[in-house]
Amino acid sequence: MSGEMTIAFKLNRRSVKIKADGERMLLWVLRDDLGLTGTKYGCGESQCGACTVVINGEAVRSCRVPLKSVAGKEVLTIEGLARGKALHPLQKALIRHGAIQCGFCTPGMILNAYSLLNRKPVPGPAEIREGMEGNLCRCGCYGRILEAIASAAEEMKTGRTR
Amino acid sequence: MPDRAWRNDAVAKVTGAARYTDDLKLPGLLHAVPVYSNFVHARIRTIRTGAAEAAEGVIRILTARDIPGANRHGQIRKDMPVLADDKIRYHGDVIAIVVARTRVQAVAAAALVEVVAEPLPAVLDPEEALRPDAVPVHEQHGSNLIHTHRVRRGDIERGFGESDFILEHDFQTQHVEHAYLETEAAVCLPRPDGVMEVRGSMQHPFSTRRFVAGTLGEPLANVEVVGTPLGGGFGGKDDTAALVCARAALAARLLGRPVKMTYDREWSMRESYKRHPYRVRYRMGVRRDGIIRAVHCRIVADGGAYCSVTPWVTWRSTVQCCGPYTVENVHCDTLGVYTNNVFTGAMRGFGSPQMNFVVEQMVEIAAEKLGMDAVEFRRLNMVQQDSLTITGQKLNQHRVAMGEALDRVREASSFEEKRKRCSHGSDEEEELYGIGLAMSYRGVSLGAEGADFTAATVNAQADGSILLDVGVHENGQGAESAMILVLARELGVRPDRIRLQRSSTATIPDSGTTVASRGTIMGGGAVVQAARELKRKIATTLSQRLGCPMEEIRFEGEAVHGRGQALPFAEAMAEMYKARVFPFAFGMFRAPEVSWDEETGQGDAYFTWVYGCQAVELTVNRRTGKVTLLGMTAAHDVGRAVNRPMVLGQFYGGMAMGAGYALQEEVRMEEGKIRNTNFHTYRILKADQLPDMQAVIIENPDPLSPSGAKSIGEPVNEIMAPAIANAIYNATGIRHFRIPILNPLSSESSAEDPPADRKEPS
Ligand code: FES
Ligand code: FES
Repeated sequence: MSGEMTIAFKLNRRSVKIKADGERMLLWVLRDDLGLTGTKYGCGESQCGACTVVINGEAVRSCRVPLKSVAGKEVLTIEGLARGKALHPLQKALIRHGAIQCGFCTPGMILNAYSLLNRKPVPGPAEIREGMEGNLCRCGCYGRILEAIASAAEEMKTGRTR
Repeated sequence: MPDRAWRNDAVAKVTGAARYTDDLKLPGLLHAVPVYSNFVHARIRTIRTGAAEAAEGVIRILTARDIPGANRHGQIRKDMPVLADDKIRYHGDVIAIVVARTRVQAVAAAALVEVVAEPLPAVLDPEEALRPDAVPVHEQHGSNLIHTHRVRRGDIERGFGESDFILEHDFQTQHVEHAYLETEAAVCLPRPDGVMEVRGSMQHPFSTRRFVAGTLGEPLANVEVVGTPLGGGFGGKDDTAALVCARAALAARLLGRPVKMTYDREWSMRESYKRHPYRVRYRMGVRRDGIIRAVHCRIVADGGAYCSVTPWVTWRSTVQCCGPYTVENVHCDTLGVYTNNVFTGAMRGFGSPQMNFVVEQMVEIAAEKLGMDAVEFRRLNMVQQDSLTITGQKLNQHRVAMGEALDRVREASSFEEKRKRCSHGSDEEEELYGIGLAMSYRGVSLGAEGADFTAATVNAQADGSILLDVGVHENGQGAESAMILVLARELGVRPDRIRLQRSSTATIPDSGTTVASRGTIMGGGAVVQAARELKRKIATTLSQRLGCPMEEIRFEGEAVHGRGQALPFAEAMAEMYKARVFPFAFGMFRAPEVSWDEETGQGDAYFTWVYGCQAVELTVNRRTGKVTLLGMTAAHDVGRAVNRPMVLGQFYGGMAMGAGYALQEEVRMEEGKIRNTNFHTYRILKADQLPDMQAVIIENPDPLSPSGAKSIGEPVNEIMAPAIANAIYNATGIRHFRIPILNPLSSESSAEDPPADRKEPS
């Protein structure tokens, strides 16, 4: 195990500074050290997307991101998406579309969609499908998740133009 | 009743606030991990733990010798060890657990535990395991035959004699992983009052409690298993999950501290039980006029190292061995067999997906041979109102909806029209097109498999809010929400008045397991009975106040109505407390009697049945063999749909899982060791592989179900594989007798070797 270091970054819009082994994967630092358990472990091998977080606007798999690499960056986890009690349009859309069963893939799905909409505010159905392809849902909610994302994108667009 | 997607846990799940087992933290928490060996079948001599004990952070290493209670568990036969003692029977047997201050330390130390064992020849083929000279997996059991089931109906010789032709084919299915996204986990807390509190990622709290109490050698009342959000089960979080809880509880009890045990994906796939692979030899005798006169089948199920629920799974296969068809002469033998492969148990479908894969292709082969339309052939033979099933059960207690399901799918998928476009292997097209369908009926709940009764309590408060407790477990399917909606409907109140209590084995009687798609029918039945009892109490107490006899009191629109006057629900509850009568009721639902004769395989196997049909359209690329799914349609009789959006969710999820079963999922074993233990090599379907899906809900409330609901979780998962096989046949002209169909262009469907995982199990 390599040595401890102090790493400073922004987490859910707040500055944090933590002392830890910089080689540890962000997923475990979030879950074990910071108590942010909304980020899930599904495979540890970048294969399922359950651990997805957003770093500087981009969705990444936190199970393969060493802590030291987030120094100075902005990390967003599922806990930071809603503003107080006000849910993000993606969160509302998933509820509205019944796109949740066991919910274990849900945080990763939402954050992956969040970064997709950052890149491409109004994606077409094929772009959504392709953009979400790497996130697994064993409960098979895919169809509804894709619909929910499209509907959230729509809502966010009208929200913006208003 | 809201027709939107109502769930009681939705906000928690989209905000990351839902606490699954591994999310729980307790002061002083220790971490346990399993230790495996590299043996598949071996006699254990010694387990050397010295080096591991000395490793950093290690608190203790536990082996079978440390178990104060019983080390053999099982719902049917107690043959599963918490920690292997005499022998290692499969590659996933756990021989020790390491408890350390951190999980990382425990994992590091686990590699230092050394097992000295004498290797035994491994029996990996179920047919070979049945030979008299085969090495026994369980010496004390005598042979490797776990059990048999049979059906003897009519006169099989005469049936074949009356047939104009006889078809015979061999079919084979594979080991399938549940692949719930959340791996097994347990957190056990030894409480100051002496109770061991268990939270776990498991779907059978009562069986878990038996495993834990048995391991500790303590009474059931000393163990409280508390319901915890579950990241997927699909039947797979029963035995293995209970063993994980038992191990964590063992460590917690011996060390007097809370212990967490969370599996990584590789351990989960290595150790957890799978869906049974089947080998089926099927012989069908058919008369010129299209009537199936005889079916003879032999089913061999690989049960792996432990019995688990193999006798129950294969019982369903036996009862449903002719699919939804009436056949007068049937001879079926089903054998469950021990081998040194990973053990097999409950998985969504529970013995039906395998048989439907067989039967729904046999009927198409027969129809083609007759030159008859396969839909017509099905119609001629399928169960109708008042039909006798192959086990002699008369279908006269509910509305038989087989034909309706078939017709609804044909219409919704434009089946007749699209069938004309099928390529049948023509060499003119690049993308070969095919549409196929399959149908089934399915006995609801456990049937003659097990004790089938469930309890619920309804506890209304003085302010009109309501606490509900049901012996049904939330597996992610929305069971809790369904229970709330059933109660809301019965009491005529809004669902947001009702709180489902966190389920606990300490507050509700043992209500069995939430498998077999029995959650809604059994739990809902108990809720309705409790609600009726509560209404009776309220009506008796308030009849004077409401100025009418109790029989006239109605519950609707958030109020209790009497003659010309009504009390808002909250006021009515306050009145109850004033009258010193608790608005509290207990309800139970006992499944109606069923019967079974093991000798003849005859009886009323299930108290009611559901009917379903699915169609799929696809193309197969004639050069690459790549299958593209174009569309899926399903129609299922669900009884009453308690929560439509959630029922639809079951449709989509079940079809997706069924498609993976047909086309790509397979646990690959080499010499008894699983090679694909993570998602890059065990591939489940992704968003971009699935087509648009159409769902048709057939409402057919069941007179024997108090809530009217029947079931849906499994029927939707059990016929996609044969529908796909039939569609591939219609596209390519090639029949597939094995799944997964990895290469649709080759009749010997077999895989090229996929790469092994990066992290190889030891
Ligand atoms: S846990 Fe990171 S991708 Fe699966
Ligand atoms: S909702 Fe269960 S894995 Fe997606």
